[in-house]
Amino acid sequence: MLIHEAIQQISTAQPGPAPPTFPILSITVRGTLLKAPCEPCGQGNLVLGFRFSRLVFFLLFSNPTSSPSSGTTTVLARSHAAVAFSLDPPPPPPVAAMTNHTVGGVVAGGGSRVVVGRHGILIRPWPHPNPDEMMRAHRILERVQREQRAQYGVRNPRSVITVTPTYARTFQALHLTGLIHSLMLVPYDLTWVVVEAGGAVTGETEALLAGSGLRTLHIPFPGGMPVEWAERHRTEARMRLQALRIIREKRLDGIVVFTDDSNMHSMEFFDEIQSVKWVGAVSVGILAHSGNAESAAAQAGQNDAVKENPTMPVQGPACNSSGSLVGWHTFNTLPYAGNTAAYVGDRGTVMPMKLEWAGFVLNSRMLWKDNEEKPDWVHDVDSVIENGEELENPLALLKDASFVEPLGNCGKKVMLWWLRMEARADSKFPSRWMIDPPLEVTVPAKRTPWPDAPPELPAEKMAIINDHEVRRHSKSGRISRSRHSSRGRRKRETRTDTQTIGASQSNAQGK
Amino acid sequence: MGLDWWVSSLFLLSFVMLDIGAVELDQNLQTERISGSAGDVLEDDPVGRLKVFVYELPSKYNKKILQKDPRCLTHMFAAEIFMHRFLLSSPVRTLNPEEADWFYTPVYTTCDLTPNGLPLPFKSPRMMRSAIQLISSNWPYWNRTEGADHFFIVPHDFGACFHYQEEKAIERGILHLLKRATLVQTFGQRNHVCLKDGSIVIPPYAPPQKMQAHLIPPDTPRSIFVYFRGLFYDVGNDPEGGYYARGARASVWENFKDNPLFDISTDHPTTYYEDMQRAVFCLCPLGWAPWSPRLVEGVIFGCIPVIIADDIVLPFADAIPWEDIGVFVDEKDVPNLDRILTSIPPEDILRKQRLLANPSMKQAMLFPQPAQPGDAFHQILNGLARKLPHDKSTYLKPGEKILNWTAGPVADLKPW
Repeated sequence: MLIHEAIQQISTAQPGPAPPTFPILSITVRGTLLKAPCEPCGQGNLVLGFRFSRLVFFLLFSNPTSSPSSGTTTVLARSHAAVAFSLDPPPPPPVAAMTNHTVGGVVAGGGSRVVVGRHGILIRPWPHPNPDEMMRAHRILERVQREQRAQYGVRNPRSVITVTPTYARTFQALHLTGLIHSLMLVPYDLTWVVVEAGGAVTGETEALLAGSGLRTLHIPFPGGMPVEWAERHRTEARMRLQALRIIREKRLDGIVVFTDDSNMHSMEFFDEIQSVKWVGAVSVGILAHSGNAESAAAQAGQNDAVKENPTMPVQGPACNSSGSLVGWHTFNTLPYAGNTAAYVGDRGTVMPMKLEWAGFVLNSRMLWKDNEEKPDWVHDVDSVIENGEELENPLALLKDASFVEPLGNCGKKVMLWWLRMEARADSKFPSRWMIDPPLEVTVPAKRTPWPDAPPELPAEKMAIINDHEVRRHSKSGRISRSRHSSRGRRKRETRTDTQTIGASQSNAQGK
Repeated sequence: MGLDWWVSSLFLLSFVMLDIGAVELDQNLQTERISGSAGDVLEDDPVGRLKVFVYELPSKYNKKILQKDPRCLTHMFAAEIFMHRFLLSSPVRTLNPEEADWFYTPVYTTCDLTPNGLPLPFKSPRMMRSAIQLISSNWPYWNRTEGADHFFIVPHDFGACFHYQEEKAIERGILHLLKRATLVQTFGQRNHVCLKDGSIVIPPYAPPQKMQAHLIPPDTPRSIFVYFRGLFYDVGNDPEGGYYARGARASVWENFKDNPLFDISTDHPTTYYEDMQRAVFCLCPLGWAPWSPRLVEGVIFGCIPVIIADDIVLPFADAIPWEDIGVFVDEKDVPNLDRILTSIPPEDILRKQRLLANPSMKQAMLFPQPAQPGDAFHQILNGLARKLPHDKSTYLKPGEKILNWTAGPVADLKPW
């Protein structure tokens, strides 16, 4: 215990032999029990007055009563040390001794192996981590966490069946990669039903799915994906129905989740849905976004301030105070009335449907043919699916929507987000994102990211760059030109029909 | 047919009864029953097994001291004050000293604090002596046994040796007048002058509400392997190192400061309690004295305590099988701490965590206000009850005197 700072007070406060007044004694002791300075720091304010005063204390009080061996030798060792280090208490040096020598030790009691006094600080010759031990430690951590999950996590985890409508387009790689990574992290048994529009299974999608290592069912869907958003929503619904048909045919067992490829899901979402019995609803954060810079700026406040904004961008179940479902929150589309995108790639904000499919999870058993356990408030799914009726959202599958279970703390916790971000319908991208053969045309960017740009850039850009940079650029430009001479030559050419690489919203436009 | 049924059911029943160390599936939690060398005694109820008489001392021994410094209620030595309050309203208290098995003297010897909050032990021997003189002159019960059926709470660093410095404490030894009394103390080290045979070792006081307020959801994965926050070198009192913690803490730092498995530093994070709940092992090395509140914190937060203190005696050692719960590392083995900890089989680690998860284990380490069944107050009473009945040597024959009232340093004989 750190009571030694008390000595300072004692030596000045106790009546008795007055300690000799060293000017150093007037230094106030500020150290507290645990807030003493860090170990290699020798802060003068704390230590100085102490060591001398304690030395004094020892000399005054320990001599008459000390046993011959212990007291004096420790005092002598200390006094020696005290004299040697005059004003600068050094950082404690690691005594790299493998021996345990004690200076003036006092045995604590009869038969004890514990010796009071100065001990060496034992340091092994190679005080660095051993890779085998690291691996063992990680395995231990893994085992402990597995046990924690088994105890506090979900009991009897059910497998998850995720349904994703997709089609090959510029942004598909972006969206699907994100979704693949999320699904790879799901700790439950996962089956991924991918329905692809366009009539056939494309190499694009196939390439992405193959790299995921997930169990996938890749299903083609006749007809291409329409460009108009309204039509696109309807087609997606039909694609999801097709997936439900497949689930029903194959009698897949698990929880059906509608993971659109552009949505973002948190891992807690997959843990939360394990508790669904038949139909569950979760809150979906709606990130209504327009790719256009100007309208995005106007709506930036609305998108960011979720809490302050009274019209929250959340779609999902609404509960009363007792926790039962009373209604639905939908996204307020009125503020965007004049500025809604009509087709993919349009300026304006893409609006969600009234209730997105992504906010619902189903027990696949309610889709099965001739399942007696199926509750009677579910429509005869067979007829719905067989006839290919239009379904706006899974609620149409139910006779009574009040049986829907609100998940995620009654919809208060938002665990997934809806986002629709697409390039123009006619935007092109390299097939499977492999540039082969090399590009015919290199398009100069509006704002070049490389500092060694050739000086052939338009005049207005050069005006922004100051003289110093111009000099630098031209100097390096010379070298770069020799290195990338062909590219520089190409850059000078301007083509009327240029290839846009990436989204139309990006700045990579031809001049 | 009926006999068969009876036999089989009896067989089954006996199976259930004898399964002492069984894994109990308590709702969702898997815990294991705790039974130490004295048996499965953690949940014993002391009421009815003993009677305690509380001496009425003038308030200068207790209330006035507390009034002078209310910090005594929150520091780690607060057990002496809370024990007094508990006994005053406990059903084991008796107002009739003739039927008492144990006598308690409420004297707060650890409540003389420096401005920094550290207790000064210099007046404690005199205070204790003065209290004993008072009870021996006003009541006949001390002289009847010369203190053998009296118990005192001495939660100071080295118990009734009344000094914070180990060498001085060993020199002084236990206060002579307490030679026959039972001491309830936090200090415990085998073969040490300051630990008497028959003493009851208790955990240091740790504020229960403060710890409960920092609980995090139990499914937060434990991702820290070894955790420690505290000093490695006591720069103020031992700058060269080697005295503080017998060099063990310095050795931990020097060997493992670069090891990513060891989250050790001298920081004072506000998330200290939360971090402990995210760690698998928590180091509890000795400091200037072998005991520390880290043990209590580790038990409450489910972090397996790694005890680095040779020959230490842990609280309620007869009721709690510490070897099964914690990991004991010799001070000379500190450089191999990583090898030792990583070579513990995972099943053992899970078992230790199950034992720590046992609510009666956590309860036994706490001093809650108001007292709850199974807490440290009750464990102390259980310990006292296990020492009953007093054997014949407790009661002195008339005229027999064992204690020498003038023994000890001259300074201690001065009146308080």
